[in-house]
Amino acid sequence: MGESVELIAGAIKLIGAGLVVIGAGVGIGRIGGSAMEAIARQPEATNKIQTAMLIAAALIEGIGFAALFAVA
Amino acid sequence: MCTFAADLENNKSPIMQKIVRFLLVLALITPVAAFASGGHGDDHGEKKEKTKEEKRAENKEYVKHHTNDSHDFGLFTIEGEKGEEDSHVGFPLPVILWEDGLHIFMSSKFHHGHEVVESNGKYFVLDYHDGKIYNADEHGNILKKEVDGEEVKLAPLDFSITKNVLVTILMAVLLFFLFRGIAKSYKTGLAPTGAAKFFEPIIVFIRDEIAIPNIGEGSHKKYMPYLLTVFFFIWFLNLAGMTPLGINVTGNIAVTCALAIMTFVITNATAKKNYWLHIFWMPGVPIPMKILLMPIEIIGVFVKPFALMIRLYANMLAGHIVLGSLIAVVFFFDAFLAKTAFVGLTFFLNIIELLVALLQAYIFTMLTALYFGAAAEEAHH
Repeated sequence: MGESVELIAGAIKLIGAGLVVIGAGVGIGRIGGSAMEAIARQPEATNKIQTAMLIAAALIEGIGFAALFAVA
Repeated sequence: MCTFAADLENNKSPIMQKIVRFLLVLALITPVAAFASGGHGDDHGEKKEKTKEEKRAENKEYVKHHTNDSHDFGLFTIEGEKGEEDSHVGFPLPVILWEDGLHIFMSSKFHHGHEVVESNGKYFVLDYHDGKIYNADEHGNILKKEVDGEEVKLAPLDFSITKNVLVTILMAVLLFFLFRGIAKSYKTGLAPTGAAKFFEPIIVFIRDEIAIPNIGEGSHKKYMPYLLTVFFFIWFLNLAGMTPLGINVTGNIAVTCALAIMTFVITNATAKKNYWLHIFWMPGVPIPMKILLMPIEIIGVFVKPFALMIRLYANMLAGHIVLGSLIAVVFFFDAFLAKTAFVGLTFFLNIIELLVALLQAYIFTMLTALYFGAAAEEAHH
């Protein structure tokens, strides 16, 4: 009984971490895509857009890593 | 012939560019080759009989060995003939322990975890699997203590000069002399000479693209030394991690923790009134919101450096594990085509990692500058 509960808890943890990583991936993908569109519209603002993109991506990445560390 | 000589004098000539490009590619390939041959040796003869499970365990061990800190600087291992032990080539590092008094000896005394070391009446063993030193009796049995029904291995306080510590010290010395030389070269004239020629654009980039937009003209000067130090320190250590020496300093949570703590202390020690106002009594929102925001902002003060720490650590460690695993996969397959494909993939990822090494240094510096900017901001009403 106790063993199976532990197994299920472990499985749920892993699934949760997977969901967070998927979310982070989608988020970073959207940031990248939007940055591409923005650069296409305003090529002269490329530098500013790139900087903002990297910061936002780094912040989201942190959440993904936090999820990985919660299960590791 | 004349044109060739003229080409050589002009740095922007196509021939010179080709030579530089060739050297760059060579420099990129070498680590992969050396890494691959260094860790594993050839899979021939009786080694072919290894089962998949054995190979898997060996690969896991290989990746762990390259990402963990260690008490000796291993360069490479020569696999022993049948019946002989593998011989490790490298140099030992000093071990400094505190256990009812100071114990100092060289790590070569452990013979790679095979022998018990006696120092001032105490016995120590090195567990070669996790690289840690434990207390033991004279027969080499690790002393254990029972805590909450679980057995815990007893370990002394370890202040050893490990591989990571040694590389960090060497890098600090290198940075000190390199940048002192650069600073000196500006005393003779405004035009950069020597190493300054290469580093000036990067330093100017950090000032103009990272410090000034985030912190603001004027107050950025106070923070520039730290930003430059942290950028080059992280970048150089990341690059050192790309060499086949198996250095993984920035992929060590203690190192990134120390860097994050420095950012945390500088942010809060130099913060102006406006910064604290935004944390404890957010201006421009209704009073219930002010009370609600206060705990969130206080948590935010600690979460920011924590995220800095985790980001750099996880990125570098993950990069090393992925690269190490891919190199191990090359030896996992027997088919020539699969081996070739994975060598190509490893090469590609190695180049990506070179980019990540720079990117992570940039992001750490960028976010640090962002936090400094929030601290240095004056009220604008």
